[in-house]
Amino acid sequence: MTVIAELPRVRSRARARVRPPEVAAAIVLGAVVLAAVAPQLLAPGDPLAVSPVDAFSPPGLAHPFGTDESGRGIWTRVVHGTGASLSIGAMATLIGTALGVVLGVAAGFGGGRLPGRIADAGVSRLLEVLFALPGLLLALVVIAFTGPGAVPATIAVGLATAPGYARIVRSQVVRVRRSAMVEAAVVLGRRPGTVLLRHVLPNALAPVVVLATLGLGQAVVWASSLSYLGLGAPPPAPEWGAMLSAGRTYSTTAWWMTVFPGLAVVVTAASATVLGRALARRGSELP
Amino acid sequence: MTRTPSTEADGAVDGPTEATVPEPRRRGVVPAPLRWVTGRLVGAVVVLWAVATLIFFAIRLVPGDPAEAILGGPGSQASAEALALVREQYGLDDPLVVQYLAQLGRLVVGDLGTSYSLRTDVSGLLLEQLPGTVLLAVLSLVVAWALALGTAWWATLGGRTAAAVSSSLEIVASAVPHFWLAGVLVLVLSTQLGWLPPVSTGTPVGIVLPVVTLAIPVAGFLGQVTRDSLLDAAAAPFALTARARGESRSGLFRRHLLRHAALPGLALSGWAFGSLLSGAVVVESIFARPGLGRTLLQAVTLRDIPLVTGVALASALAYVVVVALGDLAERAVDPRERAA
Repeated sequence: MTVIAELPRVRSRARARVRPPEVAAAIVLGAVVLAAVAPQLLAPGDPLAVSPVDAFSPPGLAHPFGTDESGRGIWTRVVHGTGASLSIGAMATLIGTALGVVLGVAAGFGGGRLPGRIADAGVSRLLEVLFALPGLLLALVVIAFTGPGAVPATIAVGLATAPGYARIVRSQVVRVRRSAMVEAAVVLGRRPGTVLLRHVLPNALAPVVVLATLGLGQAVVWASSLSYLGLGAPPPAPEWGAMLSAGRTYSTTAWWMTVFPGLAVVVTAASATVLGRALARRGSELP
Repeated sequence: MTRTPSTEADGAVDGPTEATVPEPRRRGVVPAPLRWVTGRLVGAVVVLWAVATLIFFAIRLVPGDPAEAILGGPGSQASAEALALVREQYGLDDPLVVQYLAQLGRLVVGDLGTSYSLRTDVSGLLLEQLPGTVLLAVLSLVVAWALALGTAWWATLGGRTAAAVSSSLEIVASAVPHFWLAGVLVLVLSTQLGWLPPVSTGTPVGIVLPVVTLAIPVAGFLGQVTRDSLLDAAAAPFALTARARGESRSGLFRRHLLRHAALPGLALSGWAFGSLLSGAVVVESIFARPGLGRTLLQAVTLRDIPLVTGVALASALAYVVVVALGDLAERAVDPRERAA
């Protein structure tokens, strides 16, 4: 997650020009969201309908991505799996950013007085500890306690991304808190709650939106990794990681069963990264 | 994570060799290297204590019987004898404070308990699995750095096309999930071409595919930050000066820009460690390679809490070590860090 922290400092000579890759990324993400919201538009079939006659058909006209061991179309399943994969990723990102904002504000908003310093020290130490269980590790430890499943996997990925967001929010809150604007509000007698809601949060959250876009790709990758390892969404559901895991047995004879669901993960994650970087570049041009 | 201990005003100490020479304490001045080591050690102890504490309370947060939680979670159908044994072993009938202190006491002497699924001593098991994962991670890191610096070099010297191509390669590389990459590599290099074995057996070539799988996503991230900093350095006045003095383009890269390029990547060593270890969980399972990652996955699947705790503590310790090494590498590359 530290990588993300480095990204907003994009070179200033990159202007706010709209670039072709960014347009492509936006279109792809739009299609992914469409597939999540209305899969029937893109793939009218039933993702669970079994048709043994068509088992293991290679990609062709009837089945653009081929079929699996029960004759279910991979294209249909990938499209219908978008909802599960994307919502797990999006919910995890939401949990991660929400926790990150709470922790970051708790650490950064207290300021120089004693309670604020204690809160800052406490939260910062906690974050350092969580950073020592990076990436999937924290998610795996959480799942060891909760047991496998789509909901535990979502929560686990959310928890695993929270420290990264918290660190950014903290530094943003500290920065905004020291600004003349906040000083003026305090001098005018605004209450701390008002200052936080009206001044600090709106200014501190802009980078979080950018980071959440970048983090969404990572969350989708992690969530599908957990499903792949058998710790996320259970097998019958069309979910990208679970589909890949199921296709593993047949990878030598039916390559399409593993290649296409994985491609969906890669394309989604890469598009989110491109879009996030574009947003980051815009953001860095604001004063 | 990149906190650097500042030296005292008169602490004219430099070079790591001084760390071995115990200087007499005068006016509370401790040699900087010694203070650095002490700081890291204290940090490591704090992190280990905190991880152990978090897990200790997490076990008690799982609804139901903690003894059952240790033996595979609710519904694990652990036998009454096993439950009684765990209750005794962990002193679960004692007050919470006593349990907690006893747990920390066992940790201090290196007793991580017994894995119920493998019926072995956790610390022994970890020591046995550690070398394989360390070898995998170190080789992957080396390959990742080579790839990242290689593409960054190509991107700066190769003009706009090279820059665009390498930039998109980096983004795709950093977005690729390990499990898919492993699958595709096996499909192409093992199944189709038959060049490399699909499982990482005892043969030395078996490690090639796992290493490449782990290295590519890390290389993608390292490449992104490396190139950003490389382009900044290439636009700096000192680069123009060097060129004006007659330095060749590749000489400029090797002698002047490389250090700048490497720095942000080194600052990310903690993150790279995380990516490698998370990847090891997936890659060791796919390539049937013994190691910490596969052990962790087994432990999580069977909800073997003593083993999960052991792996978590081991990786937290490894994280602290890796960040310290990254910090040392940063100092070696950047003279400003040493002077500071």
